[in-house]
Amino acid sequence: MSEAMLDYDEVIAKYEPTLGLEVHVELNTNSKMFCGCATVFGAEPNTQVCPVCLGMPGSLPFVNERAIESTILIGLALNCEIATWCRFARKNYFYPDMPKNFQISQYDEPICFNGYLDVEVETDDGMRTFRVEIERVHMEEDTGKSLHMGGATGRIHGADYSLLDYNRAGIPLVEIVTKMVPGTEKYAPLVAKAYVAELRDILRSLGVSDVKMEQGSLRCDANVSLSPRGSGVLGTRSETKNVNSLRSVERAIRSEMQRHAARLDDGLKVVQETRHFHEDSGITTSGRSKETAEDYRYFPEPDLVPIAPDPAWVEELRATLPERPSVVRARLQKEWNIADKEMASMVNAGVLAVVMETVALGADSTKARSWWVGEIARQANERGVEVIDVGVTPADVARIVELVAMGELTDKLARQVVDGVIAGEGRPDDVVATRGLKVVSDDGALLLAIATAIASDAAAAEKVRGGNLNAAGALIGLVMKATQGQADAAKVRELLLKELGQ
Amino acid sequence: MITQNASEMAAAVAAGEITSEALTQAHLSRIAEVDEKVHAFLHVDAEGALAQARAVDVARAKGEKLSPLAGVPLALKDVMVQKGVPTTCGSKILEGWRPPYDATVVTKLKNAGVVILGKTNMDEFAMGSSTENSAYGPTHNPWDLTRIPGGSGGGSSASLAAFEAPLAIGTDTGGSIRQPAAVTGTVGVKPTYGGVSRYGLVAFSSSLDQAGPCARTVLDAALLHEIIGGHDIYDSTSIDAPVPPVVTAAKMRNVKGLRIGVVRELGGEGYQAGVLQRFNESVEVLRGLGAEIIEVSCPHFEYALPAYYLIAPSECSSNLARFDAMRFGLRVGDDRARSAEEVMNLTREAGFGPEVKRRIILGTYALSSGYYDAYYGSAQKVRTLIINDFNAAFAQVDVLISPTSPTTAFKIGEKADDPLAMYLNDIATIPVNLAGNCAMSIPCGLAPEDGLPVGLQIIAPAMADDRLYRVGGALEAAFNEAWGGPLMNKAPSLTGGVR
Repeated sequence: MSEAMLDYDEVIAKYEPTLGLEVHVELNTNSKMFCGCATVFGAEPNTQVCPVCLGMPGSLPFVNERAIESTILIGLALNCEIATWCRFARKNYFYPDMPKNFQISQYDEPICFNGYLDVEVETDDGMRTFRVEIERVHMEEDTGKSLHMGGATGRIHGADYSLLDYNRAGIPLVEIVTKMVPGTEKYAPLVAKAYVAELRDILRSLGVSDVKMEQGSLRCDANVSLSPRGSGVLGTRSETKNVNSLRSVERAIRSEMQRHAARLDDGLKVVQETRHFHEDSGITTSGRSKETAEDYRYFPEPDLVPIAPDPAWVEELRATLPERPSVVRARLQKEWNIADKEMASMVNAGVLAVVMETVALGADSTKARSWWVGEIARQANERGVEVIDVGVTPADVARIVELVAMGELTDKLARQVVDGVIAGEGRPDDVVATRGLKVVSDDGALLLAIATAIASDAAAAEKVRGGNLNAAGALIGLVMKATQGQADAAKVRELLLKELGQ
Repeated sequence: MITQNASEMAAAVAAGEITSEALTQAHLSRIAEVDEKVHAFLHVDAEGALAQARAVDVARAKGEKLSPLAGVPLALKDVMVQKGVPTTCGSKILEGWRPPYDATVVTKLKNAGVVILGKTNMDEFAMGSSTENSAYGPTHNPWDLTRIPGGSGGGSSASLAAFEAPLAIGTDTGGSIRQPAAVTGTVGVKPTYGGVSRYGLVAFSSSLDQAGPCARTVLDAALLHEIIGGHDIYDSTSIDAPVPPVVTAAKMRNVKGLRIGVVRELGGEGYQAGVLQRFNESVEVLRGLGAEIIEVSCPHFEYALPAYYLIAPSECSSNLARFDAMRFGLRVGDDRARSAEEVMNLTREAGFGPEVKRRIILGTYALSSGYYDAYYGSAQKVRTLIINDFNAAFAQVDVLISPTSPTTAFKIGEKADDPLAMYLNDIATIPVNLAGNCAMSIPCGLAPEDGLPVGLQIIAPAMADDRLYRVGGALEAAFNEAWGGPLMNKAPSLTGGVR
């Protein structure tokens, strides 16, 4: 029962999209937003809880100052104004995984507001900068997690029972909300993706979050609406949740644009609702309709005092901001002497940070880039995961580059090492050892293989002796075969020619 | 020995004249003897209390320094959590719940060697002025068992008046310490908001709730205040400042030159004649002690009650949302077929009493989109006006005084069907909670028409709690001299014999 979709080119011919993006970021503080509980990902359920984050009667929240600092850093990095006085507010609604049945959040008094983020997108006319304006950056607490058991869908409806894990309840969340983003035209899906990617890079450079989309430490709600070209009338938006990768951000926006357009073409209305994105099919399905949306009955949180960041402290924080990722990119592009297109391909593949780390660990920049953009990106793509999550670390790549440079691995062997690392066989040295992938560099062993090859193809050997160096290829092939590809072909060639008096 | 003051009991324990265990046992025996009639306690923790008492005795035997109230028993309002001891807040929805942690106040009491006897009855979630809203039945006023002991902390005050405990902890959101103190002839203090940690106090209305001391004398209240007061990092709204010098002030017995304001709006129409008579006599006593009496006006106090009944229900509608059958307390209708939402609904339907439901509905409505500005927003503006009234008054005077409650204890059931009449009991106490400053109720005699205790309220600016004790201590001494002993000497014995 998938809905009708209009061809993308037709969508753009008839309609103009407006984007809106809400990103939730889990901060990587050691303790929760309003209590001292640990925040380790993947711990046994309900082991990182206390009376406060369980919402026990009588318990009270107290603010994690580190979380406020991180939020202000995010605001500053996004060119926001920082409030001199703001408050938390209660957002009231009932849900089993929300211990107090209200979430401590911020409502009309966010700590950061009125910022922007410039993102670069490759267009038909080269790289173009789109400015995404930021409405607000505010603090709140995460909810627990529900696991709905026994149902067909994994959703609460139809489940036999549900399990609740409150480890996540109270983990600091920062919500970053854009203003409406008009004028992106056919690049809307790319702008959305570039925005989330750029935001992720900034958050990573600030060191305030793990920004892992698949673990939920960075979550994106992608909103889009269409208006008939030239009408100037803003369309009804849908809000797509469960968008768990950069690629999904792009796909979800594109799919929603196609769905909206098909409805509008058929004279149907777009319903203002929450949609769920499905990674497998690339389409969205309807969630709850906003028409039955709850009234959250916001009011100022009476258990917490207002926050009034000292402007001098804010300036101190501003002074600690790291180099902006866009500035870093410009500098690296110059240092590495690469073209716009190469830089763009790295950014698109989401590998810039890991390439930088790999280079920082001593690897040659060209080699580092080629591994991440090439082999590793290909493998990640095959598996449908982000490059940085495929299981290879910058340290791994740096080591592999080193081993190749030392002549211990050939490029071909090195690719097998990458396979092994991805397969979970350990770090590169472990894979080399267990798979026995080391280049045969022992001259004795190579000379033996060369002697055997000369004996088995005396004709070729004679040609080489006679000065026909092209004939060496057949002999080298024999040696490589005998060493199961683990010899360095250049070295074999060198030894062979020497042996044959050349 | 149970009729002594807490300070006398502590001195006897410190001097080795009596063990804390014997003192505790005497109170447990008294509870066993009279609580069937009074019903001040919801849970008596005899074993825990005796263990605490023995620990104090051991510490004393070792020569350790004892705190000023070490070894003295205390009754804890059931809205304050104590690890492992049932805490119900007077509600069915928490029946059987044993909290996994101690309130900060409880930790401080334990550290001071104060022996916690058990948990006292209260209006459900502290919503009420008579303790009739308890899901476990009403508490009876020891002065007249057919009458209410005030509320919501009727259990705590009744336990003092019945000599079941010499000390108690109450909480005051709109008068729940002071009004019960007034109608039971005891002393009750609502400290400055933020003066005593709220961590572990089950919230009714977070911006108004304040725990405080209850006792039979001003000095005992001061000693208890000093123990439970002070900054707590677990309560962001607690004030980071030392506890005002309340004990010193309680011992001063001197109000010479103090400027005392009589609030014109708190008196007159709606106040019982005998209450006004005793209040006016008290004003003269203060004048006689050398205080300067000045009449002041607080014109916005008339809006205090409506503002309170928007703010308190609004906050309670949110605070009480956590009682949802998921993690603690009652669970109704979980037959593995019903959804979580249905179980939540059935549990809340069965677990909350009518007054709690009334306030949740009121508050939910007042916070609703489109009504917020008209209700919650306006109420917060009234709050500012009331604070301004207090500021203007305290520019002229050092403390304010008024009757604590418009009437003496009324009959159980008399106002049960009339919420508005019930709400009016707190007309003189509510402005203090809205402004966040401090107040005390002390007994000022028996009303001639019914022979029941009348309370006098003393109000001081925020963090000037010591002024309450200075005025209260001086007045108490003057009264005791005039009456030939404490008012409590006139309370019935409850056992037919001599107390």
